[in-house]
Amino acid sequence: MMGTNSAMSNPNASQQVILVQGVSKVYNQNTDEQVIALQDINLEVCEGEFVSLIGPSGCGKSTLLRLIADLIQPTEGALRINGKDPYRARVDQDYGMVFQSATLLDWRTVQKNVELPLEIMRYSTSERRTRARDALRLVELDKFTNHYPWQLSGGMQQRVSIARALAFEPSLLLMDEPFGALDEFTRERMNMELLRIWRETNITVVFVTHSIPEAIFLSSRVVVMSARPGRITSIVDIDLPYPRIFETRESPRYFEKVNIVRELLRDAHEVG
Amino acid sequence: MAEMTGVSASTSRRQSLGSRLRYYLPTIVVAVAVLVIWEAAVDIFNIREFILPKPTDILAEFLAQLRTFLTPGEQSILFEAARATLWSAFGGFIIGCGVGIVVALATARWTILSEATMPFAIAANSVPIIAFAPIMNNWFGITNPASKMAIVAIIVFFPTMINTVRGLTLVDRGALELMTSYAAGGFKILWALRIPNALPFIFSALRVASSLSVIGAVVSEFFGGPRATLGVYITQEASGFNFTRAWAAILVASMIGILFYNVVLLMERRMMPWYHAQRQTH
Repeated sequence: MMGTNSAMSNPNASQQVILVQGVSKVYNQNTDEQVIALQDINLEVCEGEFVSLIGPSGCGKSTLLRLIADLIQPTEGALRINGKDPYRARVDQDYGMVFQSATLLDWRTVQKNVELPLEIMRYSTSERRTRARDALRLVELDKFTNHYPWQLSGGMQQRVSIARALAFEPSLLLMDEPFGALDEFTRERMNMELLRIWRETNITVVFVTHSIPEAIFLSSRVVVMSARPGRITSIVDIDLPYPRIFETRESPRYFEKVNIVRELLRDAHEVG
Repeated sequence: MAEMTGVSASTSRRQSLGSRLRYYLPTIVVAVAVLVIWEAAVDIFNIREFILPKPTDILAEFLAQLRTFLTPGEQSILFEAARATLWSAFGGFIIGCGVGIVVALATARWTILSEATMPFAIAANSVPIIAFAPIMNNWFGITNPASKMAIVAIIVFFPTMINTVRGLTLVDRGALELMTSYAAGGFKILWALRIPNALPFIFSALRVASSLSVIGAVVSEFFGGPRATLGVYITQEASGFNFTRAWAAILVASMIGILFYNVVLLMERRMMPWYHAQRQTH
């Protein structure tokens, strides 16, 4: 199997989706507890890419994701999402977000949870119903539409939250350690599913994780970060061919990439 | 891939009927035992009626009053009194809880209002409101049910308001972030997130308020009111040495309290099916 690079597996990879320029984030500025969460971040993500942010805790990978999502504002620098201000992109619902905990609303059935963003975006009732069903079919939970969240396992709950993020067909999916709370077995299964969804929808994904195998297996590019202050130390192209299957995890090229990223993380840690 | 933790509805209902019987059985046994011991003790120790009447006597008095009440053309003061007290308690409950929830919604909407009123509400919650009963008699008139309703309303207002504010503000941060990511407006966040989140808090307050409202009504009637109210009936019958009648009135007051509580419970199950089912299984 000859490797195709990420640009080739995603023909539209030229269109820029995210641009981060000289971004810094300082918490408690000008006080004794000042923390530089991110320093001089520059990053470009193109359409159809699957980009992972990886690094030790405190490296600001979640902060960077929150900046992209306009949940927090940068201290310095600028971001563009689909060529727009992040606030505009958030209001235009350009992205769907998946958090580490599924954050499903207990009082809503699976179906109603997935309909929540569609409700906020004022879709018609019938449109909401069909879109939520389609999204649930995508995560293979269309038989559980009338269940309440507590009736589902952790992995199923997280799949519902992925369906919810995809229901309004955003061009960008932001994921903040979505499988961090799951056991290894469930996590690997979820990785396969996520890759299938990514290929079916051609959505751009930014994925925060602290698992090296997960980052390598999923991504077309891995952004390696280090802590104190949080910064990008290197970006690694993962030119393993798609579709990636179970055997991908056993190929020498995969291990090679895992080792490269592991080395980079160790170097970053020593420097930091 | 599709594992399921719940069981099908029909089997769970059948199971719960059996388990419910097992759940209530100790309670029933204890209740019957207490009544039998009570009855026997009055006989054996020859306890006088003004200290403790027999349960069977109280029940007989109650049934006699009930028969009078159900006979056309005849009047039972006990049941007249029950109706009046029920009305005072119910009216006060609706006003107090209603205003409490509305004020809580307003304070959750305007944070400044909540910061200004919450310490006051928590302090006021520990004031013995019942002490104001004579004042209310003065304000509204001793025979006017409004004087009792006012006491009940004030008593139930504070716990309802405090709990509702808690429910509206103690919202999962992740859920709030999620709503922000959808650029949801303040009203949508209130309606889709804060209010459903507050429902369990509100209902736990309403349960407390349901008992408090009957207590508040009866005790405020102790400070004076029309003859046909349970509080006045109990004090008058007790001072006239008709203790079995007083006890029958206490029985009726308890029944009103239990009725209120169960109505609230029923509403709770209707409005929060997710909550109830979740708590039954776990």
